Amino acid sequence: MIVSVEIGDRNNMSALAMTLLRLGFLFLLWAFVYFVVRVMRSDLYGTRITSTASVQAPAQPREAIEHGAPTSSRPSRLVVIEGSLTGTQIPLASSAILIGRSPSCTLVLDDDYSSSRHARIFPQADLWMVEDLDSTNGTFVDGERIFQPTPVPIGVTVRVGQSIFELQR
Amino acid sequence: MTKGSTPTVRTRRGSELLLILFALLVGMFAYANVGLAVNDSLPTNFYVLTVSMAVIAIVVHLIVRRFAPYADPLLIPIALFLNCIGLAMIYRIDLGSDTNLASKQLMWTAVGVAAACLVLFFIKDHRILRRYSYVSMIVGLLLAVSPLLPGIGHSMHGANIWIKLGPFSLQPAELSKIFLAIFFAAYLVDNRDRLAFGGPKFMGLHLPRMRDFGPIILVWIASLLILISQRDLGTSLLFFGLFVAMLYLATERTSWIVIGGLMFAAGVGLVVSKFAHVQQRFDGWLHAMDSDVYDRVGGSYQLVQGMFGMASGGLFGTGWGQGRPFVTFSYSDFIFPSLGEELGLVGLFAILTAYMLFVQRGFRIAISTRDGFGKLLAGGLAFVIAWQCFVVIGGVTRLIPLTGLTTPFLAYGGSSLLANWIIVGILLRISDNARRPVPLPLRGASTATPDESGPNLPVRRTSARAAVAAHSNASAKELDTAGHDWAVAQDAQHTQVVSREAIDFPTDVVRQLDAESAENQILDDSRDSSPLPPAITPDARRSAYPGQSSIIHTGAVPPPPLPDHNEEERP
Repeated sequence: MIVSVEIGDRNNMSALAMTLLRLGFLFLLWAFVYFVVRVMRSDLYGTRITSTASVQAPAQPREAIEHGAPTSSRPSRLVVIEGSLTGTQIPLASSAILIGRSPSCTLVLDDDYSSSRHARIFPQADLWMVEDLDSTNGTFVDGERIFQPTPVPIGVTVRVGQSIFELQR
Repeated sequence: MTKGSTPTVRTRRGSELLLILFALLVGMFAYANVGLAVNDSLPTNFYVLTVSMAVIAIVVHLIVRRFAPYADPLLIPIALFLNCIGLAMIYRIDLGSDTNLASKQLMWTAVGVAAACLVLFFIKDHRILRRYSYVSMIVGLLLAVSPLLPGIGHSMHGANIWIKLGPFSLQPAELSKIFLAIFFAAYLVDNRDRLAFGGPKFMGLHLPRMRDFGPIILVWIASLLILISQRDLGTSLLFFGLFVAMLYLATERTSWIVIGGLMFAAGVGLVVSKFAHVQQRFDGWLHAMDSDVYDRVGGSYQLVQGMFGMASGGLFGTGWGQGRPFVTFSYSDFIFPSLGEELGLVGLFAILTAYMLFVQRGFRIAISTRDGFGKLLAGGLAFVIAWQCFVVIGGVTRLIPLTGLTTPFLAYGGSSLLANWIIVGILLRISDNARRPVPLPLRGASTATPDESGPNLPVRRTSARAAVAAHSNASAKELDTAGHDWAVAQDAQHTQVVSREAIDFPTDVVRQLDAESAENQILDDSRDSSPLPPAITPDARRSAYPGQSSIIHTGAVPPPPLPDHNEEERP
């Protein structure tokens, strides 16, 4: 009799263990899904938009440039401040940046108002220059259409199609 | 100008490793659980199997670290997770029916993972695949029709979708889908503007022009022929769905989906009414519960048993080893109902979520990659996984007629595992290229990753335009040494335009650059028709003409404008 009780206990124990294993495995499955989602969380919110504070900040130098004050420091990045790519940054290293709709451009615009190879931003001496590559709708520096390579000081807006960029320090 | 000025992209390889270990843990748990539930002890080859799986996983992780450090960190863990669950289920069915499929499946896993590693090793840039678009088409079509060829074609279970090569039976449709995806991507990236061109508008849909219906009609006819000759709706649905989905990805025209759906439904309706053997398959779906259909040879017995199994699994399942998933092909076509029986709805949903996350990563890669071919290829491959899940799971749950396709990664089958791991490899490669921080999108064709090309990068192997990219790629250390010689470091095209006129280049260098540039043009995704002039990098120039770099002084003379490539301009 004692023996049979023991066997019963053992069966109960094993049934309990099996249930625990069963539910534990389901838990493990979902834990995996949870961790995967956690890793991709950073990705779900898309391109990190630069906070408005840092985009607004260069407003000061812009004033300065309009008054002819020379800028001493070099820009370090090109930031899209308006258009579908708002917030996108491209580091200004040493090579020219090609802007346009063509996938071979450095900055690929999805914009019907830009040409496939629209404009080029390149360093020359101590300045970064922008050059319109015979685009249909033109490139505008500080609101004025350009027809030859034009220097772009920090904080001055460059418009290509529906996007606006500026160089930032 | 230092490394710090390039945006730091997290490679996330650490997360990948942790998730891989977690996936292995899930697999070990399942495997041990099966043994404990069925035999009250760990499976006899528990350590062999788990250790070999772990070795496979770690090897692929190390390969990715070495050859694709910026690749998406989630693809491998998810694929491995599904693969491990599939292995445990196959082992569980082995125990119940005295077969030895689990170790074969493990071997195929190793083969598949090795194939993914080879893809990473040999394909340094996915745009290379675009060169082989027509080769891909031919290989894809040959594979698709190969089950019909006498000698190697092999009919099993009422469908002609296998070929037999020596001791192996292969389902060539699995491999064919990759080749066709490559071909469709290359074809559509060239023709999407034409196919997206609007024709008449009808009920809010922009219909395409009549003359643009050619390609879809060809694929439609091909898939109907496959349906008729191979008696399998799955393969035909797989190919046609892949084409329509990629057409939609390329053109953003919803009308193609509607048109494709209607055409396929009409075609299948026609075929079903004309061909008795296809009709029979549809009967098994529509009238599965009729007792004469259920009892008939090739009837709905298998399908209905699978559904009974899922029903008995209920919400939480019977637990590993506690159910009776022994219907025919419970380890391959019917692995999903088998899992449903033992893991229940909750477990099935976890698996479906894993598939969804995998597919999401694929589409995410498609979004983040910059070239149109890569976008279409990644989107198409992600879609094909999702579509295959839909076709199989829709089949076993009686949403659509039952097909002979396999659930990706889960089901037993060498060709399926091999093909899907190759897809993982291609997606990893595309995502590595997409996430790698490069100021310019072009990179050396089959060559220079920045670390390999070193400081004396120039003419060596890289083609001209590629060298520009590789150059800026390696700009961190290179340009520091090159100084800020902006007159030289001008954009390559300009340098070229001036240089061609200003100085004589050593002809062999020019010829080499021309040849390589023409070759590289294929990789260039811009749809500009006029070939870009071969460009000379500052470094290439310097190695060709040491000490003469100051000849070009674009600062004084404004460089001539580039030729206009804007013929596709829309205002």
